[in-house]
Amino acid sequence: METYTLIVLLLAATIRVATPLLLAAMAGLFSERSGVIDLGLEGKMLGAAFAAAAVSATTGSVWLGLGAGILTAVALALVIGYACITHRGNQVVAGMAVTIMVVGLGPTLGLAWFNLGGQTPQLDGAGQRFTGILWPWAETAREVPLPGLLYAELLSGQNLLVYFAAALVPFSAWIFYRTRFGLRLRAVGENPHAVDTAGISVNGLRYQAVIISGVLCGFAGTYLSTAASSGFVRDMTAGKGYLALAALIFGKWKPWPTLGACLLFAFTDALATRLQGVALPVVGVVPVQFILALPYVLTVLLLAGFVGQAVAPKAIGVPYSKEK
Amino acid sequence: MSAPAKLPRWAEFGLLPLINLAVALVVAGVIIKILGESPLAAFKLMATGALGTQEGIGYTLYYATNFIFTGLAVAVAYHAGLFNIGAEGQAYIGGLGTGLVCLYLGTWPFWVVLPLAVLAGAIFGAAWAFIPAWLQARRGSHIVITTIMFNFIAAALMTYLLVNVLIKPGQQSPETREFSTNAVMPAAHELFDKMGITVVATPLNLAFGLALVAAVGVWIFIWRTRWGFALRVAGANSAAAVYAGISPPRIIVGAMLISGALAGGLGLNELMGSQHRILMDFPSGAGFVGIAVALMGRNQPVGIVVAAVLFGALYQGGSQLSFDMPKINRDMVVVIQGLVILLCGAMENVFRAPLTALFARVRSGKGIE
Repeated sequence: METYTLIVLLLAATIRVATPLLLAAMAGLFSERSGVIDLGLEGKMLGAAFAAAAVSATTGSVWLGLGAGILTAVALALVIGYACITHRGNQVVAGMAVTIMVVGLGPTLGLAWFNLGGQTPQLDGAGQRFTGILWPWAETAREVPLPGLLYAELLSGQNLLVYFAAALVPFSAWIFYRTRFGLRLRAVGENPHAVDTAGISVNGLRYQAVIISGVLCGFAGTYLSTAASSGFVRDMTAGKGYLALAALIFGKWKPWPTLGACLLFAFTDALATRLQGVALPVVGVVPVQFILALPYVLTVLLLAGFVGQAVAPKAIGVPYSKEK
Repeated sequence: MSAPAKLPRWAEFGLLPLINLAVALVVAGVIIKILGESPLAAFKLMATGALGTQEGIGYTLYYATNFIFTGLAVAVAYHAGLFNIGAEGQAYIGGLGTGLVCLYLGTWPFWVVLPLAVLAGAIFGAAWAFIPAWLQARRGSHIVITTIMFNFIAAALMTYLLVNVLIKPGQQSPETREFSTNAVMPAAHELFDKMGITVVATPLNLAFGLALVAAVGVWIFIWRTRWGFALRVAGANSAAAVYAGISPPRIIVGAMLISGALAGGLGLNELMGSQHRILMDFPSGAGFVGIAVALMGRNQPVGIVVAAVLFGALYQGGSQLSFDMPKINRDMVVVIQGLVILLCGAMENVFRAPLTALFARVRSGKGIE
């Protein structure tokens, strides 16, 4: 029983960590399947986190915050799109640039507007945050040991964005594999010339993809500053954008495996927090840092082809020009 | 599209970066205006803060030292057609090598410690670059992604080492004990003192000289050796390189080893020169500034030194700014850094195309309408 409670709590922590990761990874999925490397995930998320917290703090409405987060992330995505799609710039450089810019811009604007050393004010008013939604009978169900606890801790009590992220996976899979738009999107990432020959605008499709990526990064960032915590703090993404990129690669650029990778990475994170200083049988105390580094090591091993093979979209990173 | 006409060298290496910088500063100025401060006053403060006093200049060059090392690291990889985002991690691990020499052999005479520290920094940095390089060369793993991953792995490894292994016993903060005095890089003001010139004490130290030597070395290597030529050929056209009997995998590994070794130089300045101990996150983003510096310096050693000094001035001027304008903090510098990367790197075509057209028009004698 004791172990079971522990496992359920561990899973609940996993879901909390996995949500922004999943949202960002899905964002990256759209961009990368269309052939645009998405190294700006971190920056778009961070920008959205700041905008959402700032607007929610000033207006008192988390929904306006979400709107601001999405707008900010889309604006940043369009900067990347303008540089990389319209002007065929280097996609890696553009993503890095936007990320670095936002890392500086968030605290700069935060200091000037709120005068709290670069943070936004605490979001403690009603309606300023996304809070858990209690499902019916959750408290009663808690008394029922096995399925009850699972129901009370995992299914119920999450906030809206968690459910949104969960629904996003089947929805994305449906878009990618069952709709005309999805087919074109995948085609433009593999063979843009064929798409162009069919009379469909390559740049148009890629712009749509990066905008979708921006929207989803907006959700991810909003989750960080208004659901997972109450306000924006400096560097609050802390590499989650890159971890999402790793999850996306680990998921071989496919929606369902990417979900698996996000859950795995989030689980290692939750486990690391739990195992801090705990001596395990046989191995003793496992250094937390090693567990935290595991997702990155796994991704490198996968990229090296030691654990399966991840094949990137063929045209990824290559700016499209009609003449070639 | 017709074949793009080439810009004259002075425009390619001077005018274009200057235009990019100017646009970056204009955007930064707009942001400062939005923050409610005067952009001109802010830039003036930054300029005087960075270059107006001996102290300012000392700090500017001290920051620039880090950026020269990381900028050269990014550039060497770039010439081989590789984008090394891992300079941050390589500098971190390289600094570990330098730091270990200083900690455990630091009682030896300085002129013995120095070459060992340089060597250890280079070897550790190169070793950290070797794995992504080898994976790119032999297994085709995308080096951009693997070097990002290695930055995080380096951070985790260093945290572990500092918290559990290298920490000075009996203290809370994860730092090593201080290096012994023999393992400390001579400061610039001490060196000037010996020549009978008195200057203000700053963290500027001998490592700046070493960085300049590294820049000259890179210039000779890239432009005056067979190896450097092979590297540039492989970077420009790997199919042609194979025809010429050059093995791209060997170039990839070689270039990344040199790149990592150069990044490893950061510890000489930051640890031996200034901190005198190993501490958490001492590269503090210099690996990423290196990208901006390399892009702005057009991957030429001279350009890199100039761009590094410019970024050093931005960093020093930025701290001055945050003292005098309470509404602005040092993060403003990071914004400018991001803008420079965006404009010099990702958006270079935006400015190059019209500029090239302008030059073509002037040259053909039509004049500007």
